[in-house]
Amino acid sequence: MTTERARAGLSLAPVPGYTGSELLAVMSGRLLKDGQTVFAGVGIPLLAAILAQKTHAPGLTILFEGGVIGPFVEAGKLPPSTNEQRCTRRANMLVSITEVLLMLQRGYVDVGFMGGAQIDRFGNLNSSFIGDPNAPKIRLPGTGGGNDIASLADMIVAMKHEKRRFVEKVDFITSPGFLDGGQTRAERGLPAGGMFRVVTDLGILGFDDTSRAMTVVALHPGVSAQDIKANTGFDIPVPADVPTTEAPTPEELAILRELDPQQLYTA
Amino acid sequence: MTPLSYSELRQRTRERDRSLRDKVTTLEDAVRLVQNGDHVAVGGCTASRTPFALIWALVRAQKHDLTVSRSIVSTEGDIFYASGLSRHIITSWFSQGIVWGVSKVMRAYTESKRARFEEWSHMAMGLRYRAGAMGVPFMPMRSMLGSDVLARVSGDEGPADAAFAAAKTMECPFTGETLLLVPALNPDVAIIHVQRCDAYGNAQLDGLTFMDIDIAMAANRVILTTERVVSNEQIRRHPDQTKIGFFTVDAVVEVPFGSAPHECYGLYEPFYSHMDLYAQMTARDPEAGAQAYLERFYHEPKNWADYLNRIGMAELLDAQRRGSGIYDD
Repeated sequence: MTTERARAGLSLAPVPGYTGSELLAVMSGRLLKDGQTVFAGVGIPLLAAILAQKTHAPGLTILFEGGVIGPFVEAGKLPPSTNEQRCTRRANMLVSITEVLLMLQRGYVDVGFMGGAQIDRFGNLNSSFIGDPNAPKIRLPGTGGGNDIASLADMIVAMKHEKRRFVEKVDFITSPGFLDGGQTRAERGLPAGGMFRVVTDLGILGFDDTSRAMTVVALHPGVSAQDIKANTGFDIPVPADVPTTEAPTPEELAILRELDPQQLYTA
Repeated sequence: MTPLSYSELRQRTRERDRSLRDKVTTLEDAVRLVQNGDHVAVGGCTASRTPFALIWALVRAQKHDLTVSRSIVSTEGDIFYASGLSRHIITSWFSQGIVWGVSKVMRAYTESKRARFEEWSHMAMGLRYRAGAMGVPFMPMRSMLGSDVLARVSGDEGPADAAFAAAKTMECPFTGETLLLVPALNPDVAIIHVQRCDAYGNAQLDGLTFMDIDIAMAANRVILTTERVVSNEQIRRHPDQTKIGFFTVDAVVEVPFGSAPHECYGLYEPFYSHMDLYAQMTARDPEAGAQAYLERFYHEPKNWADYLNRIGMAELLDAQRRGSGIYDD
């Protein structure tokens, strides 16, 4: 939770190294390409997209589900959701929620980019119920635009790598990945989009072209294959020649800390 | 479990006085347009342009058993549940906001099955209102397919959750593709907060319009609250800025800071300290905390100005300073 003190800009001194959230923002931001149109959720996806704008992708167009096309969000004024005026700063165009979501359906979005609470082997995401949906242990906030984005765009998901979050089968498919794997996504009416990458604080994950099961694409510095396996709730193959990512640079971290001085999203 | 028939929809529209007339009234009178049991659609989204003054008046008028729909629900959803205004909310996302975490009040009521949170995708909500606005019974779309969100609002054995009608899949008669059909929403009443409108209800919106234009067109009655009532002459100078037409509107209430403690684009940002206070009050014992909040901010104030007094002048000025900052460039 944020505090009055933090909002007044009395931020903590920068710490050496980086937090897990900062690592997520840097690594996922690097996956975005200049000229792309990315549909971003608030939090790490937003931070990563702005970081990309300020480094290698100045021509990145960000879409927010509140109805915003192409904003440049101001450092230190991150929006609390994708539906407040802070999201609209220097945008090219404001439209209704329905219109911006229809851009996904029409095919104008290159990448969908969001966080996740629980994910499974085939990249299905749950943000609705922990436990049995008819008698849930926890009722979560739900899909928002998540289902629409995941149904219609190529996806990048940024999330913490924990065994309880990486499960064999999610309790509830809020946002579809490859459903039961293989061709099942297309067979059930979703011929477009699908999971591209899952970025965690341990590595970068992808999906096998045929089985559509999760695989490891890269490990972050200092992370072993065993670390990934120990923190994943299903058997995940790690190729013997898996590469290691380049650690966040001081420049990337400096930009992130300027963007989020109160550590709303990077604590 | 079927949407309003087309003849009934037309009949309801025919019966309304849709003439160009002065509709300015008070909060207390406007809530008489809402009947217990009605489906009420709420304008704005998350912490933006939430029609809090009207919700506040509905609580004070002790309305109940409403079915509520909104694009995304924030703290007003807690107020609906805790006050008894509604125990059934149709939306795509429900919590105070990502920085405050999952709503504990929502959890308390839904996990104990005393209230329902009927979940549709964001685009489904938008297209359901749009179908209602277009006078057609459904819209086809391409998301929700294959998900459990769809399973809960459709299914051969009847949906677990679908207040008005369930979603259905169909094979497209032109292409043979699988499409999802989502049923129209034609709310009994829409409540929408705007920056300005005239006495007839011609409303001009600044910034994000969310789903409000479709909601106004879909609804069978519309109550506008507005920061300012402006002259019809001013509206006619910039008719391109008019987003909600007078012919859909039944009542207009002038309420400065009518979406406090949420945002009204260009005028004030969310009242963050007050939002923190609400989160604190509902953190430990969500239900008792929500009741204490209702007592202090909904039942005890003498009037809307007194409600704002209790939130506090310092908070109000801070929200206003940040809000008008959108035009700093």
